[in-house]
Amino acid sequence: MIYTRALNEALHRALGEDERVVVLGEDIADPYGGAFKVSRGLTTAFPDRVKTTPVSEGAIAGIAAGLALGGYRPIAEVMFGDFLTLCFDQLLNHITKYHAMYAGQASCPVMFRAPMGGHRGYGPTHSQSIEKHFFGIPHLRVVAASLYHTPHDVLADFLAKDDPVLFVEHKLLYPQHVTPPEGGRIGDFLASTDHGDDVLPSVCLSLVPREDCALTVVAYGYEALLAARVVERLGIEEELFCELVVPAQIAPIDFGPIDRSVAVTKRLLTVEEGTAGWSWGAEIATEIQRRFFGRLLAPVEVLASKPTVIPGAQRLEKDMLVGADHIERKIREALS
Amino acid sequence: MTPWTADPRLFGVPDEDDDALLYRRMRFIRRFEEKLLALFEEGILNGTTHCSIGQEADAVAVMKHLREGDHVFSNHRCHGHYLARTGDALGLYAEIMGKEAGVCQGIGGSQHICAPGFKSNGIQGGIVPTAAGIAWAQKLSKSDDLSVVFIGDGTLGEGVVYETLNIASLWSLPLWIVLEDNGWSQSTPLATNFAGDMAARFTAFGLDVTELESTDVLEIESLVGADAAKVRATKKPHVTILHTYRLCNHSKSSDARPEDQVEARWKTEPLAIHGPRLDDGTRAAIDEDIEVALDEVIATARALS
Repeated sequence: MIYTRALNEALHRALGEDERVVVLGEDIADPYGGAFKVSRGLTTAFPDRVKTTPVSEGAIAGIAAGLALGGYRPIAEVMFGDFLTLCFDQLLNHITKYHAMYAGQASCPVMFRAPMGGHRGYGPTHSQSIEKHFFGIPHLRVVAASLYHTPHDVLADFLAKDDPVLFVEHKLLYPQHVTPPEGGRIGDFLASTDHGDDVLPSVCLSLVPREDCALTVVAYGYEALLAARVVERLGIEEELFCELVVPAQIAPIDFGPIDRSVAVTKRLLTVEEGTAGWSWGAEIATEIQRRFFGRLLAPVEVLASKPTVIPGAQRLEKDMLVGADHIERKIREALS
Repeated sequence: MTPWTADPRLFGVPDEDDDALLYRRMRFIRRFEEKLLALFEEGILNGTTHCSIGQEADAVAVMKHLREGDHVFSNHRCHGHYLARTGDALGLYAEIMGKEAGVCQGIGGSQHICAPGFKSNGIQGGIVPTAAGIAWAQKLSKSDDLSVVFIGDGTLGEGVVYETLNIASLWSLPLWIVLEDNGWSQSTPLATNFAGDMAARFTAFGLDVTELESTDVLEIESLVGADAAKVRATKKPHVTILHTYRLCNHSKSSDARPEDQVEARWKTEPLAIHGPRLDDGTRAAIDEDIEVALDEVIATARALS
């Protein structure tokens, strides 16, 4: 089942099973069902608890906050993740503050669903992966959609806990099939799950056992899909074996699965689509180099997109955003 | 039984008539904040604080018409609203003193308060959509409760307020916006910050507005009592604009307003208007109650670890 449909079904199920769930966002009413069709059918099935809103991201975020303080579980669809800038005051100074600043007397479990990412020629303000600006906000969890995790598990995790979540959905995952591990495999990969206490699992993919892998690659979202294709091809064609670790929760980082892989491979490459500098990979690199000082065979390599605007022209965008060719080059460098 | 515990000497003794009760609560807030400013002068508090001296009538009148299930969202200038809602002097003094027994264990401080049916946050504007969300939650739960949000004239500069007015009107949310226009946004007079007509900013979104220029608690109470009843009955949003005046500085430091203007407004402050309606003996007894009770509370708060 493709990601859009799986997520749509997960939303239908959450609304059906949990009366606290409320969905709001721009243009989500039927028959349109949202800019990426993820919300199709929801306003028809749950007219009281699903509302299409005016173009007012600040109010959407604030109203979602109030619903959450009032005992509901709002899921706010932000049409393009780029527009999260307009929700930032609520996220930083309201939603993520309440529980701690009120000494545990309130909780504000809001989920923001944010379609992110480029490679589609949408240009500078509709293609970004701006999640790095939200990493490190205390009391915010950032979760990334992945083909190796079901959207139902992500929603169930949100509904089972009391804290706010930013759910980053790379647009190019929407038409792809969701393929969580089955019987220890995903396609040709050996696939296992690994996680710390009460964190969504990371999925570890490799063609050969970890002991035979010379590099750990950690990536999320669409970049994880690109990395998987590269890792698979290099393994099959050239016997260059890597282990790919794909977390669902990307902030705070669950270091356990990365640790356990790097302890064996002794090399790490991080991959993300956001722009370079002050990035997800930079945070991982700092921590892994501290934990493995003197034991790594090479410095941690961080691959991110060029720190500039995302061009509208696809020939330019291809050069600017991290693509499969960039990942392949980095893996070859790391293994040379 | 309410979820809050208040000393009757501060919040109302049994069988007290309305005039005495309103006076007592306003006097309580006034003296709480004056003593708070003295504690700052003494050097035992840190950070800053925003007092509401001169605006006590608004808080007392509005809270008198709320029920336990109603929710109040207040702003940076929240002491009066909190005290009028809960009567909890010790929790607030302890909070501002940074004590663990404070209402938010000393984490929130002066501007970030939470209690059953009450919250405040120090960010202008953002509390308005949050209050609208609480109103939607109340509507979904099919309760008769209201969501009240206190804003100021300065808040009208924030864009998200207008996004929220539109949605609250469209979706018919039981949101009651109480706008306390005290004429000054920190150190900037209204005329420098504000264009056009205040009520029209709300009527443009199809919201009903009532408006009053007064610091007389009886006039205010009469208006807001009707407004509260209307929101409860119609379950639609309403805006009450109360033109008032802040006698103290915006925060601890001087905000350089003209002294003669402030001086003149002391003659029409809420206690000066309402106090003479009580006989001298009653008024003196209430004043004495409050001095003694507040000094006890402060001594208790000081002794807390």
